[in-house]
Amino acid sequence: MANKVLVYVDHFKGEALPASWEAIGAARKIAESLGSGVTAVIIGQDVQPLAKQAIEYGADDAVVAENPALADFQPEPYADVLSKAAAEADVLLLPTSGRTRELAAMTAVDLETGLSPDVIAIEVDGGLVLATRPIYAGKLLCKVVTKERKPQILTTRSRAFPKPEPDASRSGEITSLEFEVGDVPTKVLGYTDAEGGVSLTDAAVIVSGGRGVSNNPSLTPPDEITDEKEQEIWRAQQGFGLVGDLAGVLNAAMGASRAAVDAGYIPYANQVGQTGKVVSPDLYIANGISGAIQHLAGMRTSKTIVAVNKDPEAPIFKLARFGVVGDLFDIVPALTAAFKERLGK
Amino acid sequence: MNIVVCVKQTPDTAATVTVEDGKISWGDAPLVLNPWDEFAVEEALRLKEAHGGEVTAISLGPEDAKEALKQSLAMGCENAILVSDPSFAGLDSLQVSKVLAAAIEKVGEVDLVFFGRSSVDTDTGITGSQVARRLGWPALSLVAVINSLDPESKRLEVERMLDETRQQVRASFPAAISVVKEINEPRYPSFMGIRKASKAEIPIWSAAELSLEGDLKSAVTWPEVWAPPKIETQCEFVEGETPEEIAAKLVDRLIEEKVV
Repeated sequence: MANKVLVYVDHFKGEALPASWEAIGAARKIAESLGSGVTAVIIGQDVQPLAKQAIEYGADDAVVAENPALADFQPEPYADVLSKAAAEADVLLLPTSGRTRELAAMTAVDLETGLSPDVIAIEVDGGLVLATRPIYAGKLLCKVVTKERKPQILTTRSRAFPKPEPDASRSGEITSLEFEVGDVPTKVLGYTDAEGGVSLTDAAVIVSGGRGVSNNPSLTPPDEITDEKEQEIWRAQQGFGLVGDLAGVLNAAMGASRAAVDAGYIPYANQVGQTGKVVSPDLYIANGISGAIQHLAGMRTSKTIVAVNKDPEAPIFKLARFGVVGDLFDIVPALTAAFKERLGK
Repeated sequence: MNIVVCVKQTPDTAATVTVEDGKISWGDAPLVLNPWDEFAVEEALRLKEAHGGEVTAISLGPEDAKEALKQSLAMGCENAILVSDPSFAGLDSLQVSKVLAAAIEKVGEVDLVFFGRSSVDTDTGITGSQVARRLGWPALSLVAVINSLDPESKRLEVERMLDETRQQVRASFPAAISVVKEINEPRYPSFMGIRKASKAEIPIWSAAELSLEGDLKSAVTWPEVWAPPKIETQCEFVEGETPEEIAAKLVDRLIEEKVV
């Protein structure tokens, strides 16, 4: 019999998101208040190893739903299974990702219950989970609660809850869920090769570039690039090359401002801000980013912000703990070299 | 093709949002078409232009919430419908999805319904998936490219943005699609479009017309909303004669403060 607090372990092709373990940590606290245990729910194909991992990270037991038809994540069949597994639960937690946003949404419809996505804090009061979530891109916070329906479904934001230390000596029962796969309305045809690199939302360190990365007149594009826009993009690529080198030394993810993305300097996947990704790393280094309100909304909760900008009046300095007024084309390579030396790389 | 786009009116993203007496205020910042929805409207219009048919914009909101619909009409949508009823005020997404699904069914014979990836006010990003689930249609979310679409066989292939990579998926109509910014560059409304939109009579569909009277009760409530404490940071400017000196000092300070 499953516990009253469930955690869905999100994974991409069998590899769990670190935020899944953070969700187990958050679930433990809720379970203690409710006098319950924590059951991990794992859906996919060849995902048994995740059950053992979930228990090491703090789940008391695990339910595994495996079927070849579930090898690729598809929201409809996954929601069928999760709705079945969670029908009797009081609380269902999921780490926030593109997948779980859909999965949680559909499960909430199936079970006609409330969903609070992207929560950053949780308290338990009289059996109810009161969650805090940012709205208006973090300009405001609100408390949300699902009072009269069960399960209360929440998705926890990456890096908002501490990741528990795994304990290899923990053990728990691993059971298989009985289910049938219904009609799957979509067919996964394939994947683009993973671009690699560190994921922005999970990153402990993010190094970002803005419009300023193209602003180095001393660089001369090769003769064959004659178009002015292409010359600008070539310059930006040199600038982002330097930003990337710094990111490499710090094992950091690469971010960008909307201005840099809109100008075609770097793919949208790297955009940080209100219409990009909202991030909360330990260290955020903003290079050539002036700090529009929409960008600040996406990174203001970073623990330490470092800003490099030519303009001493740039709004980014109001949020920064450390600032350098200067040309990023001088400062960034010097920083890369200094970190290399001090961190022994 | 018969295409529906669900749109929402939101404050401009540049607005300073505050809380006064427990109520959210954005001062005199303009109300606009939710920026994410612009991409949804644009993609719907492009499909219509390529394959024929019409685009209907639907918005749920109070009676004066017509900005998003006017903008959609001005961009080129044929029809706009405001779904509005006193009983719809403050509904959570579980119930909003029920209302929108009922409205889409009332439009009838819909091939595709488009959504933006989320709205910039409540930031939940779950309404599209919930509407799809209620309709029993495949949900194609976070679509960055429509690779192919054939109205005859009613099939489409899309590329979705996952956190890790991109995924190619095939589905059949009717389907629900949420789009990301990468999919297109939204057009500006034409002068003619703006004129047409300003004159348009936008019909209002109430709970009674959607047979939803007395049927809506939110599961989620919001007992409290507040502005987070302002982060008071005193920026420590690192200076030096050369970039190397500045970099060395900055790295020293970051190590001292145990940031790295």
